[in-house]
This record gives sequence, structure tokens and C-alpha cells, in this order.
Amino acid sequence: MQTLSSSEKERRSFRDIFLDPKFVPYFFIAPFLIFFLVIYLYPFVTTILMSFQRIDGPNSVEFVGTANYERLFNRNFKQALGTTFRYAFWDVVVLTIVPLIFAVILNSGAVRFPSFFKSIYFIPALTSTIVVGIVFRLAFGTLETAPANRLLALFGQPPKDWLMFPDTGNFVLILLTLWRWMGVNIIYYISGLQAIPKELYEAAEIDGANAVQQFFHISLPGIRPVLIYVITITVLGGFAMFTESVALWAQNNPGGVGRTIVGYMYLMGFYKNNMGMASAVGLVLLGLVLAVNLLQLIAMGFFRKED
Amino acid sequence: MKHSSRIGGRSRRVKSFLATALMFITAALLMVPFYFMFLSSLKPGTEMLRNGLSLTFDPGVSSFKNYEALNTYRDGIYWQWYKSSLIIMVLQTAVGLVLSSMVGYGLAMYRFKGRNAVFTLVLILMMVPFEILLLPLYRMLIKAHLTDTYFGVILPYLVPPFMIFFFRQYVLGLPKELLEAARIDGCTDYGVFFKIMVPNMIPAYGAMTILSCMNSWNNLLWPLIVLSSNEKFTIPIGMGTTITPYGNAFDVLMPGAVMAVVPIIIVYLFAQKTFIAGLTSGSVKG
Repeated sequence: MQTLSSSEKERRSFRDIFLDPKFVPYFFIAPFLIFFLVIYLYPFVTTILMSFQRIDGPNSVEFVGTANYERLFNRNFKQALGTTFRYAFWDVVVLTIVPLIFAVILNSGAVRFPSFFKSIYFIPALTSTIVVGIVFRLAFGTLETAPANRLLALFGQPPKDWLMFPDTGNFVLILLTLWRWMGVNIIYYISGLQAIPKELYEAAEIDGANAVQQFFHISLPGIRPVLIYVITITVLGGFAMFTESVALWAQNNPGGVGRTIVGYMYLMGFYKNNMGMASAVGLVLLGLVLAVNLLQLIAMGFFRKED
Repeated sequence: MKHSSRIGGRSRRVKSFLATALMFITAALLMVPFYFMFLSSLKPGTEMLRNGLSLTFDPGVSSFKNYEALNTYRDGIYWQWYKSSLIIMVLQTAVGLVLSSMVGYGLAMYRFKGRNAVFTLVLILMMVPFEILLLPLYRMLIKAHLTDTYFGVILPYLVPPFMIFFFRQYVLGLPKELLEAARIDGCTDYGVFFKIMVPNMIPAYGAMTILSCMNSWNNLLWPLIVLSSNEKFTIPIGMGTTITPYGNAFDVLMPGAVMAVVPIIIVYLFAQKTFIAGLTSGSVKG
């Protein structure tokens, strides 16, 4: 008979807990829980506190109430809001619809070598936005010989200063985003389309439904979960856009054309060293994304009970 | 009867031709930026400044000399950035895959108290714009003396929620009997995961490897905030903020852009079948 020292007993009991099927799942998810506390929850609470503070250094923190939020009613932030809304709107419209059309055509069986095209369409997503942005910046440059202006000249149009104006600048942004993300969304859609039973289409054909009717009555309802996923991440990506804007305009463009909400947050936090206001901007962004996504999810029937 | 079917066949062939042509033209358009990039990388910077981009190949002024300039530009700083980008990409992807596959597996394979709450949390986090946490995270890094380190760069990507979600979806499709059978054989639950489940999750790992590499290679904002010494910069920081397209910088900008794009495309072309299959299989199941 030997007696266990208390430390040995503890070790053994930890081992028992570690291997106990009841506790095993908690060990599997532990990395996420720790990660959540450190990387999400703590910073989130900090940023809420900071948004009500004026911070002039680690030892000079002053509670200022809602002053940081009130100061957001300025021309520059409104401009950033406008830029972001315009971009997010077109981003969602274009990146939801265009890839869907391509996915339906690719999945219809009419196209030869569909998997070849799927692979090719995905390639732009692999590249760095900043790196490819250099090409887009030059293609839509101010020179008369810039490719976009040459294209205009073919149609007898005068050259444009594409990146100097919000409308045309937004057009280039959307083009860049479409170029990079089209292939990704096509793959998501195709995976949804392939999960729809073929018999549904055969039955519809017998009933005399044409391709358009089949799309609206079978394909579209069938891919609703994928559609919801695509729209949700596109809304998020659209409102939180920053890299594309840096790619086309560099960081600190004086006129503020192309500066987004995140760009404004970066400007406040790191150039103006105003952490309080930057936090307020971040929380406004969070509110916007959650509100838009909530409305979108309600409209798409995400919370509706499946029948 | 025969007649109508022949017409049907012909209209189908016309449709097939038109659809394939549309796909082909789109594919060609999507490749245009790469073509621009490659052609420009062969031209001297002065030529680029004068004429900008052009679609014509001019053998008189084109050469691979610019690629040599990458080695000499500011003592070869471009390759330093390349190295930084590679180190961060490998670390971030390796750690992210291991941890989030464990979490995703735990959420899919076991029923336990709090499971739904944790999964809901993962879903919510996927909807939070991560950018808003960067300022407080940066203050945290300062306190922990982790600024200007690679670990600081990968810290917020150790267990990415979208990866947890993907692995969970994938594991839902694996037979639960595997776990029971291996337990009877005397394997611990962790042994089951590493020895039996991981090999079954290879397509999921493949898809997530490429997605993670993409994200890391392209990431700008957070590395820009964390890193301050020039030789630790990543390619997006270096190319986006340090090299401006004026003067001689064009000589390195364009070959630099090509070299940044080429490796990941090569990896993709080799792995794309597994990749697309893996990506698809994970996202189908609701």
C-alpha cells in the first residue's frame, strides 16, 4: 500500500479531468474562449470606455461624456460616411448579383470546361489588393494615354480624372472589388446550387417552366442560406473597407476623396493621436454594420421559422 | 418529331457556344491587370512615367533588368519585406489551422452544455468589423511590449472565427462512429482527433490554408499599425506606403508587384482542385 502525496493526487486528478469525456469538449474549445476574452472582449470594453474619454497620454485620461461623439458631426467624417455608404451599397448590389449570374450559367451545363473557368475566376482573389491597386491606379490615371482614357477616346469621349471625383472614384473601387471577389462568390453560389436536387428542375421542366421561372422558383429559394452568407460578409466588407482605398489613393490624400470610415478612424487614432474620437468612430461603424445586417437578415427571412 | 429535336439540338449548341464565349471573354478581361503588370515590369521607369501603362509590347525598351533592380534597391529591402511576409504568413496559417480546427471539431463532434452559446458567439464575431478593435489591441501590445514583433502581427489571428465556422461545418459531415470505434480501441479523445480525424479533414485544411495565406499576404492595416522598423515591413506596407510611383521607384514597383503575385498563383494552380472541392464541401451544409 502506498499513499499518494497531495501533489501526485492533484496531477492524477487533472489527468482524469483532461481525459474525462464530459470535459474533453471544453479542452477542445478552450483556445477559442481564451482568444475571445483577450482579443475581443477586453479590447471591446476598452474601446467603449475610451470613446467617452479624452486621452492625452497614459497618465492623462479624462472622462468627457459624449463629447467625442458630438465632435463627429464634422465635414470630414460626413464625407467619409458618404464615401463608405456609396461604396457599401454598390459593393453589395454588384457582388451579389454579378457572381450569381455567372454561377447559374456555369452550373447550367451549357458552358464547356466549367471547372477551368471557376479556377481562372478565382485567381484575382489570391493577389494583394495593394499590389494590384498599383495597376488600377495607373490604368485610371490622369494621363491621356492611361488605358481607361484611351478607351474613352475610342468612343469620342474626353479623358477623365477618374480618381479625383467621388463618383468615378467609387466606380474604380467597385471595379477593383469585383475583379478580386467575383470568383470567390461564384464558388460559394455554385456550392449552393449543386446542393439543390436535380429532380426539382426535371419536375419543373415537365410542368413547362422556362429557365427564368426555374431560376426564381427553384434556384433562388434553394440557395437562400448561401445568399444570406454572401450578403452578410459583403455588407461587413463594404462598410469596413480600407485597403482598397489605400491602394488607389495612398494613406493621406489631402482632399479626402476615397477616405472611408476605417480610414478616418486610422487618421484620428494614429495621425491626430485622438484615441477617444477614433474609438467613437469605431463604435459608430459597429452600430452601422450590425444595423444594416440585422435589417438585411430580417428582409431575407433569416429569423423566419422554416416550414 | 425528328425535325424538332434537331432544332432543339442546334439551339442548345448555340446557347452552349454563347455561354462559353461569355465565360471566355470574362476570363480574358480578368487577366488583363496581370498582363499590364508583367509588360510594365519589363519597361524602364522613365518610360512608364512618360507613357503610363500600355498594352503594347515594345521589345526595344523591354528587358528583365528591372528584376535585378529588386536586389539592389535600398540594399535589397524588397526581399526583406518578402521574408517578413512569408514568416508572418507561415506562422499565422499554421497556428490558425491547428487551433481553429480543434475548436471547430469540438463544436461539431460533441454535445455539451454551452455548445450553442459558443457557436452563436462564433457567428456573431464573424459579423463584427475587426477593424474597430485595432486601437485597443494596439494599446494592449504596447503594454505587453509586443509592438514591432511578428508575434504581435499574428496575435489577433490565432483562432479566426471564420475558420472555426468552416471546420465545424466540415466535421459535421464526418461519421461520429469513428470516435466511438476508436474509443473502444483504447484511444484517448485527443488521440482520435490527431490520428483519425485530422487525416479525414485534409480537404478542409487545404481550403483553409489557401484562404489564410491569402488573408495574411494581403493584410495591410494591422501589420501597418504594429510594425515600425523598415526591414520588418510586409510587402503590402512596403509597396503601398514606402515606394511611391515617382522617379526610379517604377523600376522596382512593377517587378516587385509581379514577384509578389507569382508564388501564390503557382501554389494555387497546383492545389486548386482540392482547394475548390474543400471550399465547396464546407460551405454546403447549413
